[in-house]
Amino acid sequence: MNVVIVGTGHAACQLAASLRERKYEGDITLIGREPGPTYQKPLLSKGFLLGKVAEPNLVLKPAAFFEQKRIAVIEAEVTAIDRAAKQVAGLPYDHLVLATGAENRRLTVPGAGLDGVVMLRSQPEALALRARLAGTKRIVIVGAGFIGMEVAAVAAQLGLEVIVVEQGERALARAVSLPVSRYLLARHWAGGVRFHFGAALAGFEGEGSLRAVHLADGTVIPTTLALVAIGVVPNMALAAQVGLATGNGIEVDARLATTDRAIHAIGDAAGYPHPLYDNRRVRVESIQNAMDQARCLAQTLTGVPTVYAKLPWFWSDQWDIRLQIAGVGAPGDQAVLRGSPEEGRFSVFRLDAEGRLSAVESINQAGEHMAARALVARRPRLEPSQIRDPEFPLQQLAAA
Amino acid sequence: MPRVTYVSPDGEPTALDVEEGLSVMQGAIAAGLDGIVAECGGELVCATCHVYVETLAESLPPMGALEDELLEHVVAERRDNSRLSCQLVLGAEHEGLVVALPEAQV
Ligand SMILES: Cc1cc2nc3c(=O)[nH]c(=O)nc-3n(C[C@H](O)[C@H](O)[C@H](O)COP(=O)(O)OP(=O)(O)OC[C@H]3O[C@@H](n4cnc5c(N)ncnc54)[C@H](O)[C@@H]3O)c2cc1C
Ligand code: FES
Repeated sequence: MNVVIVGTGHAACQLAASLRERKYEGDITLIGREPGPTYQKPLLSKGFLLGKVAEPNLVLKPAAFFEQKRIAVIEAEVTAIDRAAKQVAGLPYDHLVLATGAENRRLTVPGAGLDGVVMLRSQPEALALRARLAGTKRIVIVGAGFIGMEVAAVAAQLGLEVIVVEQGERALARAVSLPVSRYLLARHWAGGVRFHFGAALAGFEGEGSLRAVHLADGTVIPTTLALVAIGVVPNMALAAQVGLATGNGIEVDARLATTDRAIHAIGDAAGYPHPLYDNRRVRVESIQNAMDQARCLAQTLTGVPTVYAKLPWFWSDQWDIRLQIAGVGAPGDQAVLRGSPEEGRFSVFRLDAEGRLSAVESINQAGEHMAARALVARRPRLEPSQIRDPEFPLQQLAAA
Repeated sequence: MPRVTYVSPDGEPTALDVEEGLSVMQGAIAAGLDGIVAECGGELVCATCHVYVETLAESLPPMGALEDELLEHVVAERRDNSRLSCQLVLGAEHEGLVVALPEAQV
């Protein structure tokens, strides 16, 4: 038996680890295009950027791990797969797993290639951004998604003037409810971060290096540093090129198999039907998703075919605020508040059109979030009045 | 460098010399040791770095409210000596620390 995994990120490393945990004895090879040791991504826009986490502590799995577990790691970009011969990069495979992740969406406006216009996904990019933050007084951040908001908080804490440009009408519109978005915005505002909402970017001005950011309404913001954080696109070109179905990610079935039974896809790159959400196709960008899909696939590849049905969960740190999300909400969901934002500890319960709980967003409530994971996984129908009632025993409901 | 012994659920000890300033979790991850998952990398989010502290418990950093809250949700049984290892930052005084790893983290 021979498993080849494309990628060396969170999903790929966990799959290799889980296969060995499950006593899989065959060969395991990881092929990744990034040089150097594997690293953890969440810290890049949080503790590492802030200077609280040192570079060696970013390591995801050390060299010793791969040696002890007989996991081969090859540094190369995979550009072709011979599906008929079941070969990739000169290696035969019984199972090929695409854990290719995602990459940052690029801006195509004039000047996007100027020195000083940067992005953040990899460790080298985080190192470079950290150095630039230390050497300048202002940063313009394009996009008020998770990465944009986290970097805004860090940069402001480091003493920079921070200006966020967002084309939508509010922060984190795709990911969180209005009350949570407002709460985070208020904290950023209090910390000195300024926002331009509904603002289209016209271009970056400069000769060789950045001098200013131009908005479509004519506003010019002088700056030598701009971070483009407008979301990611799944790495699926390889899959598409060899004829596998792709859409929002590499399309896989409930057991994470692509349209070729010998090839699976996991992590940020994979789009799959989620049983907890009426088998709606989702693609989830989170550590939880990468790790749990890797564990699920390790079962399937070791003879226990398993449907992937874990509840997605996610976290973000901004200033002194810990946001945790259990489940996936949709923009049309009803948002019901439990607890009080004034006290800095509350949750927002999101109900879908049928009144079923789709997600719970918690602010500074680690325990509530843990309980919410169990609760949302049951997708119960709840009345807004029950959610608002502090006496109503939600924890008991989760355990019932 | 304090020597920390990690005891696996089936009783197998592994002794590691961990640099001062690193946590018990970071020491295990850096050595590629099994049994501590640490999904969140030490951010006090995941509760998958659970250990049972067998020696020197009093010398360890005190437990914060968030750690206490998360320990209520570890997968294995929470005991009196349960801690989240990402919070156990090591100093010279921790020479000889012994932690036992729980049956499961996820
Ligand atoms: C700055 C930042 C902060 C984040 N914060 C959080 C957080 O707080 N909480 C959370 O849950 N999630 C967070 N995430 C998201 C999380 O990191 C991702 O969901 C996770 O990394 C996905 O893992 P993956 O293995 O699917 O993909 P990746 O980690 O992206 O790994 C994919 C790897 O495959 C390689 N690759 C792709 N194509 C090829 C090819 N053809 N040949 C060879 N190699 C290839 C890529 O170079 C990459 O190394 C954050 C992400 C970033 C960037
Ligand atoms: S590593 Fe996640 S809580 Fe300790």
